[in-house]
Amino acid sequence: MNLTLVMFLVIVAITLVITYWASRRTHTAKEFYAAGRSISAFQNGIAVGGDYMSAASFLGIAGLIAFNGYDGFMYSVGWLVAYLTVLLIVAEPLRNVGKYTMADVLAYRLGHPSVRSIAAISTLTVSLFYMIAQMVGAGSLIKLLIPQISTEAAIIGVGVLMIVYVVFGGMLATTWVQIIKAVLLMLGTIFLSIMVLAQFGFSFTTFFDAIAKVTGSYCLTGAVTNGACADGTAPIVKNFTQPGILYHGLWGPLDLISLGLALILGTAGLPHILMRFYTVPTAKAARTSVVWAMIIIGSFYIMTTFLGFGAATLVGKANIPNTNLAAPLLAQRLGGDLFLAFIAAVAFATILAVVAGLTIAASSAFAHDLWLMVIKKGREDEREQVQVARITSLVVGALAIILGIVLKNANVAFLVGLAFAVAASANLPAIVLSIFWRRFNTQGVITGMITGLVASVGLILISPTFMGASAPFPLTNPGIVSIPLGFLGAYLGTVLTPADQKAEALFGEMDVRANTGLGAEV
Amino acid sequence: MAQSAGTLKGAAKQEAPPVAQTRPEWAAIEADPDFQALVAAKRRFIVPATIFFVVYYFALLILVGYFPNFVDIRVIGNINLAYLFALSEFIMAWVIAWLYVRQANRWDMMAAKLVAKVKGGKS
Repeated sequence: MNLTLVMFLVIVAITLVITYWASRRTHTAKEFYAAGRSISAFQNGIAVGGDYMSAASFLGIAGLIAFNGYDGFMYSVGWLVAYLTVLLIVAEPLRNVGKYTMADVLAYRLGHPSVRSIAAISTLTVSLFYMIAQMVGAGSLIKLLIPQISTEAAIIGVGVLMIVYVVFGGMLATTWVQIIKAVLLMLGTIFLSIMVLAQFGFSFTTFFDAIAKVTGSYCLTGAVTNGACADGTAPIVKNFTQPGILYHGLWGPLDLISLGLALILGTAGLPHILMRFYTVPTAKAARTSVVWAMIIIGSFYIMTTFLGFGAATLVGKANIPNTNLAAPLLAQRLGGDLFLAFIAAVAFATILAVVAGLTIAASSAFAHDLWLMVIKKGREDEREQVQVARITSLVVGALAIILGIVLKNANVAFLVGLAFAVAASANLPAIVLSIFWRRFNTQGVITGMITGLVASVGLILISPTFMGASAPFPLTNPGIVSIPLGFLGAYLGTVLTPADQKAEALFGEMDVRANTGLGAEV
Repeated sequence: MAQSAGTLKGAAKQEAPPVAQTRPEWAAIEADPDFQALVAAKRRFIVPATIFFVVYYFALLILVGYFPNFVDIRVIGNINLAYLFALSEFIMAWVIAWLYVRQANRWDMMAAKLVAKVKGGKS
């Protein structure tokens, strides 16, 4: 039997045992959405890492660096620095003010059903795009590693597993799947890094001498075809330690800045990450868990240079058929088929943990925000609410499977970019302004979130990612335009409409809670 | 809830069940000089720290994007400024997080004092 398949089955078995254990401890809404707020700061820190480090970061960045050298590392940097926004601005007020979802924070002062509805829609949008990206990635990855399994079967398999984790084990099972995945991912990455460095006698200068021998080429406009540029000039050649292979020309640098903006502001607006801060008992624990997450995530992203440059120097671009395969092929080159199977299993666990986190975030947005608060006006007993949340998880999971199969040829980077852009342009302005701006009102939330949502989706639709070289919008990342538009929409929507006396009166209450933890949900 | 829970803050404990019978006097706490001092202390750290990390982060992206030849200066062997600057972003993030936690522990004490004062005055 295929060694990789055996490793996959081991992981599936372990996670199902955890789900069974968690299912017996998940009865109330608090247990379902927030694991009874019983997760310790350290555990939550690892789980945040497990929730965040997706297949896109593990396989995607290794591939980007293996194919483009230094520029690929820019993603790694942004994905860690983003946690300063989470730590300094969002995590503690969110934990002190809210209950289960991002919408709780917005709705604290602005009780109008439309606020919860738009926040829930935005959460569902971000989670679904992100989830489809993971499913599509999972489908193609599993097909590459185990050719006997078709893309569709892989997507269905991943989808069924995530539904089982969430429906039966709720947040507790999701958390432990994320913890196991984070530990496996760190172990795999550390082993790979050490093996790469061993090839260069543990000398960084020798390693970099080898990297500097690998080169990539590009044209100032258009792509390199048959070793020449469209305008007849010779392509520019750079070695892999030099910046510029990915971001060059007229718009490249601005695209890099736009990407950076979406990364550092989008992370603090990702519903599945924010939701994790409700699983710990206090704001102090939320803070400590961000710090643990930063240690794990930072170490991981530094090591992506060993994976990426390792694949570039030891395997070689020419021998890597698909960017996603850079890390697995490096593992095979260094440790043979057993190590390849292990790394493939790590990638599989990575996908499972992230989609489970997304499923629970999406189902809480529907069941807690739309169903309970908007449709039922907050009147419902615990049992019913958990039932609705479980059914929603099933529906969301099924939807993700169907969309994953329909969109199986979609560009994964496009979907992830969209999720980050919407999170940064629609969610973050609303969260930040509702915490810090007394005057902010219902109309401001609505106009801000709609502007951010429409601007980010619209600009991506007319970007080169979607329309190729002839796209009217020159940047692949819309953040630099859509994020300011999101803030502007929120600002104008507020100042052009009458002040909301009741909401402003509640600002003091919210500010006291956010800063002291008085009255926080336990 | 069979699992071990972290320490619950005494303040929060008295609030449960969430449908609070004795709601704190929010307006009075907001006007309390101790609360104002807490918020001011937080702002004194968070605002400059945020400005610093944003500037430091975008400095890297601007240099890498617009001045690729400048950051290609070789520092040790083939290790260039671009790679070292990118690595320093990780150190920068960890140091700011560490400084933040150190400050936040002081804010926790200020908040705990304030909460004790509020609770004491009520019962």
